Amino acid sequence: MVWINDIITGILIGGLYALFACGLSLMFGVMKVINLAHGDLAVIGGYIAVGVIAVTHIPVLWSFVIVVPLMAVLGYVLQRTVIQAALDRSILTTLLVTFGLSVVIENGLLQFESANSHSLGVDNAIITSSFSIGSQITVAYLLLLIFVVAVVVLTGLQYFLSRSRYGRLIRAVADDKEAAQLSGIDYRHVFGIAAAIAFGTVALAGIAYGMYSQFAPTTGTDTILLFAFAAVVIGGLGSLWGTLLGGVVLGVAQAVGAQISGSDEFLAGYIVFLAVLVLRPQGLIARRSTS
Amino acid sequence: MSEPTPSEPGPGEPEGRGAAWTSPREPKGAASPGLRSDEGETREGDASRAPGGERDKQSEREDRGPILEVRELTVHHGQLQALDHVSLRVFPGEVYAIIGANGAGKSTLLRTIAGLHRPTEGSILFDGTNVTRVRPERRAISGIVMVPEGRRLFGSLTVEENLQVGATYTRKGPWTIERVYELFAWMKDRRAQRTEQLSGGEQQSVAIGRALVANPRVLLLDELSLGLAPVVVQRIYGMLPQILATGLTVLLVEQDVSQALRVASHLQCLLEGRTTLEGKPSEVTPEEVEAAYFGLRSAPAAEGSEEA
Repeated sequence: MVWINDIITGILIGGLYALFACGLSLMFGVMKVINLAHGDLAVIGGYIAVGVIAVTHIPVLWSFVIVVPLMAVLGYVLQRTVIQAALDRSILTTLLVTFGLSVVIENGLLQFESANSHSLGVDNAIITSSFSIGSQITVAYLLLLIFVVAVVVLTGLQYFLSRSRYGRLIRAVADDKEAAQLSGIDYRHVFGIAAAIAFGTVALAGIAYGMYSQFAPTTGTDTILLFAFAAVVIGGLGSLWGTLLGGVVLGVAQAVGAQISGSDEFLAGYIVFLAVLVLRPQGLIARRSTS
Repeated sequence: MSEPTPSEPGPGEPEGRGAAWTSPREPKGAASPGLRSDEGETREGDASRAPGGERDKQSEREDRGPILEVRELTVHHGQLQALDHVSLRVFPGEVYAIIGANGAGKSTLLRTIAGLHRPTEGSILFDGTNVTRVRPERRAISGIVMVPEGRRLFGSLTVEENLQVGATYTRKGPWTIERVYELFAWMKDRRAQRTEQLSGGEQQSVAIGRALVANPRVLLLDELSLGLAPVVVQRIYGMLPQILATGLTVLLVEQDVSQALRVASHLQCLLEGRTTLEGKPSEVTPEEVEAAYFGLRSAPAAEGSEEA
């Protein structure tokens, strides 16, 4: 029964990982940018939430209302300036530039915020409690909430991409940005919107992570980025539901690994990651081919 | 180079012709029968044809001024010069065809007009406004819309979504998605299919539809015939009159000379980035076209003297 409990926890944490990963997947799918600063952006989201809560005293649960739009604007601006300038040179340059961004963010945070870790303590009594099924299984409301938020965000994003006008433009630009230009579409603007969405979702993920665990300036690269990458690769690039599945598989693998031996938690996750890379490099849910 | 020598009429001439057509520069796409198709009506007024024709044409074409003008355009791809001071004037309602062999610079010319290449020299005027430095998406919105070579549809989008993207910044005009469905009867039933599942000819139709729903003033068609069966090419070009009837102007690039001659009201031939022939299809002889296309200094009849 302990196993079942851990697996349920793993599944729910998978929602958090999917939230981390969907922005990474979107930016790669649309502009072919592998954003190495993606994890640090989540951490920045967490720090901004800490600041916003200190200043405005809004409840932790509602901090996203301010943080997510702020990060979305930052995403649009960064995409239109630094990242686009790198893209205009070459795809490889974007790798260097986002790596540079990551280094700047981490060292900036170390400089101004010290290396101490922070967390976003939720003061809602219901959210911090848990409920039991039977005598053995307990589920934390917070994890359940994060999972539900992840599913809602992914569903919304999927709906936006497949049904809305801007979603259509994002897909068109991802297919062929030159052809999109010939239809009058400024692909740079569309890239900006995709980046805004990616930054917004990762900020949300950063807040969720801060409520569930704690973060420090280096958490972005040593934990979040790796989990996001693993979730994307396991699930399959370009597929949002694949990202959720990838997150869940990673979460469950970690939970099972921790059950076998406490120090094997992350190792188990990466073994699954490697196995998928070797056996099914297109991911568990392969994207529709666009050849 | 731009003044082709008026050739001897000499109809027939199988030997001379044969020699020209077996030249090592012969491209695959050129169909020799097409060059001869309108031979009958090009016989008269031979000597004065070029200058006289030019004058007639000027008077009737220039009434309203050119809608699109290219002045002394030079384009480089890296070190390589793709276009060398090419000029052209397209007047409203025309079908202006640019022909030439592979690598003559036709597509480069069209892509530069659409804004996808930056010229090193020269200028592009659209309806009297200099658009040489204007971004491609702005040009599309102002009315220069291109059907790119190889169709370049959005492969993961459905037929209808491709048309919707084309109509994102549509200008006021007669073309709507419904109108495109009327033009291509099969399309409406298959609008929910992804374009990857369509045949080449169907994809080309969607590409044309995607350009039309923007309501262009000048429609640029880049090698419509590429990779399509002759029957399909005929069918697609057969749509051109219906498209022109809505009042737009067409500038097209075509390697298939016979096809271009059939539809064009004005013709310009490029060779290695330079203009080698210009005029109405009815005013140029097949020999002239042949010489301009392959870069022979004069018609096949004069070839012997040139070699000497």
